[in-house]
Amino acid sequence: MIGAAAQVPPPPTPPAAAARRHRHLLDFTDWTAEEVVSLLDTAEVMAQVLARPVKRVPALQGYTVATLFFEDSTRTRLSFERAARAQSADVISFAAGGSSLRKGESIRDTLRTIEQLQADLYVVRHPSAGVPHQLARWTNGAVVNAGDGRHAHPTQALLDAYTLRAALTAAGLPPAERERPFTGRRLAVVGDVEHSRVARSNAELFTLLGGEVVLCGPAALLPRELSRLPGVHLTADLREAVTGADAVMALRIQHERLGPKRLPSLAEYVARYQVRPAHLELAAPHAFVMHPGPLNRDVEVASELADGERSLVERQVASGVPVRMAVLYSLLVGKK
Amino acid sequence: MQETENVTLKSTIMSPAEFDRALRRIAHEVIERNKGAGDVALVGIHTRGVPLAERLADLIERFEGTRPPVGKLDITLYRDDLTEISLQPVVKRTEVDFDVHGAKIVLVDDVLYTGRTARAALDAVVDMGRPAAIQFAVMVDRGHRELPIRADYVGKNVPTSRSEIVHVLLQEIDGTDGVELWERHG
Repeated sequence: MIGAAAQVPPPPTPPAAAARRHRHLLDFTDWTAEEVVSLLDTAEVMAQVLARPVKRVPALQGYTVATLFFEDSTRTRLSFERAARAQSADVISFAAGGSSLRKGESIRDTLRTIEQLQADLYVVRHPSAGVPHQLARWTNGAVVNAGDGRHAHPTQALLDAYTLRAALTAAGLPPAERERPFTGRRLAVVGDVEHSRVARSNAELFTLLGGEVVLCGPAALLPRELSRLPGVHLTADLREAVTGADAVMALRIQHERLGPKRLPSLAEYVARYQVRPAHLELAAPHAFVMHPGPLNRDVEVASELADGERSLVERQVASGVPVRMAVLYSLLVGKK
Repeated sequence: MQETENVTLKSTIMSPAEFDRALRRIAHEVIERNKGAGDVALVGIHTRGVPLAERLADLIERFEGTRPPVGKLDITLYRDDLTEISLQPVVKRTEVDFDVHGAKIVLVDDVLYTGRTARAALDAVVDMGRPAAIQFAVMVDRGHRELPIRADYVGKNVPTSRSEIVHVLLQEIDGTDGVELWERHG
């Protein structure tokens, strides 16, 4: 006898799986909001793993992750390596300083050599924009852009979004819409926008997730083309930028870029663009302070803000590993 | 017979009443074997093990007066086939808010088949602490084990062929309780 329940088809076995949608994470141009939000949700599960007595799962056993850093960044590299090892992947670490790149070998030749090590995924940082894209065309492996010139730093933007979504939720302001968690939210990004891949990636991601972004800094360092992105505004006025903002992100000032040509002197920069308590009073009552690190103390942000209760700086750092774990999982598991 | 794509319903193996009796029996067996429910904690394996574990906890509370804690376990990150599968499983939250250390953990799932899910669940629980014991409760044991794993509590043993699908229906998900056997074609 067949009852009403017979109308129900059997559940899929194994349950809840989907085709892998991306081979690489280079920037967010071909990513949908839903894909990014799924990644942020996966990162929450990864954070649970990191909170347990045994901070490791066997998920990526048998995979090899290679970190290729052609530009120094110990923090980002260690964060990726920890993310790989916490999922039991093997890690190969390549730093340009200790390699034959110094001896004039081309990037392509270097990659060919590294490919003999048979990595499944390459984490690439390079001072020139576009190098990770180029590597993605040359290799059969997956590629994650860990920062290329001034172009993009997608995992930094992901960890910023992850941190801010969690902070807003904890402050009693959870997303109204799952796939557009920043609808009605405004992020102010302050600093040397022109040279900042962090600013670009955050502008791209935050607007993809429904938010508005105000990019603020000395006028000569505000690239006009960014204002063409829907939801992005430019201003040289810090007070205007922070007014009503849900979060204020100060960018790291690179001292070598200070000088008469584009940036004013350090003292002038601090006077006009350092984020101070008075600025936060213009922002939303719950507004958070963010910084991608490493922080130049009392340059980009007043210390009392960076260390204060509104600061998400430490949580941004802590979010790096779970977010990168989610990125590695989502690019490696499943065949496209 | 009804057709849904390339699967056909073959038979209903358990009615709602049979399902309920089996669940009550398992609750009694858990209490008997553990000499009460004092140290017992239930951990449901996503997806269908979770409401089953809640149901067992309700029954144990009714019989013993105390409700054992209930956790939810997602075993995705412990699967042994992640390098081979074609689809990417969605990773879900694990919620085990009690101390696993020293507890008698009863893992709960709807169907025991190859044993690979149970193997993954064992590893996942052990990574949370060192339980006094881990036991395993399933509504249906359908055979075809690929690992040396058995269940301590079984609602019903159902001999199946590999082309068949065992569908455990739950009030919370499907609107009714029961167990159905479906045939996969092609």
